[in-house]
Amino acid sequence: MLEINQVSKLFNPGTPDEKIALNHINVNLRPGDFITLIGSNGAGKSTLMNIISGVMKPDAGDVMIDGKIISHLPEYQRSRWIGRVFQDPMAGTAPHMTIEENLAMAFARGKRRGLKMSIKASRRQMFRESLERLGIGLENRLRAKVGLLSGGERQALSLLMATFTQPDILLLDEHTAALDPARAELITRLTESIVREMKLTTLMVTHNMEQAIRLGNRLIMMDKGQIILDIDEQRKKSLTVEELLGEFARISGHKLSDDRMVLA
Amino acid sequence: MLSSVLGAIELGFLYALMALGVYITFRILDFPDLTVDGSFATGGGIAAVMISNGYNPLLASIVAFAGGIAAGACTGLLHTKGKINGLLSGILMMIALYSINMRIMRGKPNIAMISVDTVFTSINPWIVLPIFIIIVLLLMNWFLHTDLGLALRATGDNDRMIRSLGANTDTTKIIGISLANGLVALAGALIAQQSGFADINMGIGMIVIGLASVIIGEAIFGARNVIHATIAVVLGAIVYRIVVALALRVPWLDASDLKIITAVIVIVALVFPTVSRSIKQKKLAKKRTAELTGVLSKGAAGGDLHA
Ligand SMILES: Nc1ncnc2c1ncn2[C@@H]1O[C@H](COP(=O)(O)OP(=O)(O)O)[C@@H](O)[C@H]1O
Ligand SMILES: [Mg+2]
Repeated sequence: MLEINQVSKLFNPGTPDEKIALNHINVNLRPGDFITLIGSNGAGKSTLMNIISGVMKPDAGDVMIDGKIISHLPEYQRSRWIGRVFQDPMAGTAPHMTIEENLAMAFARGKRRGLKMSIKASRRQMFRESLERLGIGLENRLRAKVGLLSGGERQALSLLMATFTQPDILLLDEHTAALDPARAELITRLTESIVREMKLTTLMVTHNMEQAIRLGNRLIMMDKGQIILDIDEQRKKSLTVEELLGEFARISGHKLSDDRMVLA
Repeated sequence: MLSSVLGAIELGFLYALMALGVYITFRILDFPDLTVDGSFATGGGIAAVMISNGYNPLLASIVAFAGGIAAGACTGLLHTKGKINGLLSGILMMIALYSINMRIMRGKPNIAMISVDTVFTSINPWIVLPIFIIIVLLLMNWFLHTDLGLALRATGDNDRMIRSLGANTDTTKIIGISLANGLVALAGALIAQQSGFADINMGIGMIVIGLASVIIGEAIFGARNVIHATIAVVLGAIVYRIVVALALRVPWLDASDLKIITAVIVIVALVFPTVSRSIKQKKLAKKRTAELTGVLSKGAAGGDLHA
């Protein structure tokens, strides 16, 4: 499905701030994989997401979807296959546009954007039904500006928008990190059910160790631009947070440090 | 008095086209486009040259619209493909257009349309202009609610998001800036015909007048949604013209004082919301601090602190 082949990324080459963010990374996502990705601050997790989605181009290596090299495609062309939710609840929606307008834009993912009316009665009905599934009453506020929503509501909407057209790959970059625990829990539950129902191939960065173990069928650990551990479903089932942290310290030679890290 | 106000309303309808163009760049795309000062004169120049050479005035106006689109496309390309800062792209294009406009006008800084038909010959402006503006408003609102129009609006609202949803924001920016300058040039063409001449300097200060119209419209009539906002822009352009007409009747004001009046309107409108917001914030902070520390000192020291 998604293959990342020997990908490297160097920031600020030739300056004192030179930094290898990714160092010959290889990852292979099989169809239906739900991978949780953990690692210290600055390990390169977001950079990896940016390179998969096309926000950045790798300095070396290839990104492939279904065997096709897509490294040269700009972000807007890759969006046909890739849905994404950012950490910042403000990042995934347009605040001055209405809920239904935001959904209409998500609905147009992968299609040519032409001069057809973006919102019709039939579409509006579909939007309402999708919003109902979030269970937070947004279906009654179709014409409210998104800027009026709370962070949690906006993130739920972002999640719906990212998955609306059933993308081949879903990228989640600490998408619950900016929310309070109750809201984060809600978004996690929604993520779980949407990924399961739509059978989305998912890569999710999280700072919540318990969540990283509980969710998905694979767990990948990154440190200093490299993948240091790839844990499969079998082993993940019996893994504890202490074991996970111990494993990290043993391989990397230092403790897992993340200012927002949640253990349980 | 009445006749000058009526004349102002008529002019306001024409300037409204220009203001709608400024609304697209300034408000929808969040792109302060200075091309406007040049493309307004481009429109006027094209219309004046074509009409004084016997072309159909309607055709001349359409060509002027296309000329504005071309100018806007250049600014858009400079900004998106050339990665030049937005303000600078507009300024560069504005300077370049001065020379281009001079070429269009065959080296004459002023072209009169004497004893030729214009679009205003044999029409009643009080019927045709409002209908025309309503048609423009309908077309614009239709466009801004299509899939492409939504992508254009999102480009100004959250460009990262709309890229992640598959829109090429370079393209949407170029389309928006082109369309905006098309409207501005069309306004230039119509105003040249209405006044009977085109002048190489007729566009100077247009961006500020456009901004003033947008801001006045929003302040008086609100901008809840796109439909509301575009109507407000038209009304703002008319109110601006009326203000100008009345200001010109004040004995101690010169016509040349208009520019500073316009600038002051825009400055006040831009400064006022920020200042009032920060005053509100400060008040709120003071109030909350008093409440919170009040609770704390009571809880911790049982009021002893004040003894
Ligand atoms: N745009 C950028 N310019 C320069 N350095 C960057 C940029 N983005 C990330 N980095 C650096 O690359 C490293 C990896 O960053 P990132 O991928 O954001 O880490 P993570 O998401 O794992 O915390 C960090 O050292 C960070 O400072
Ligand atoms: Mg990160």
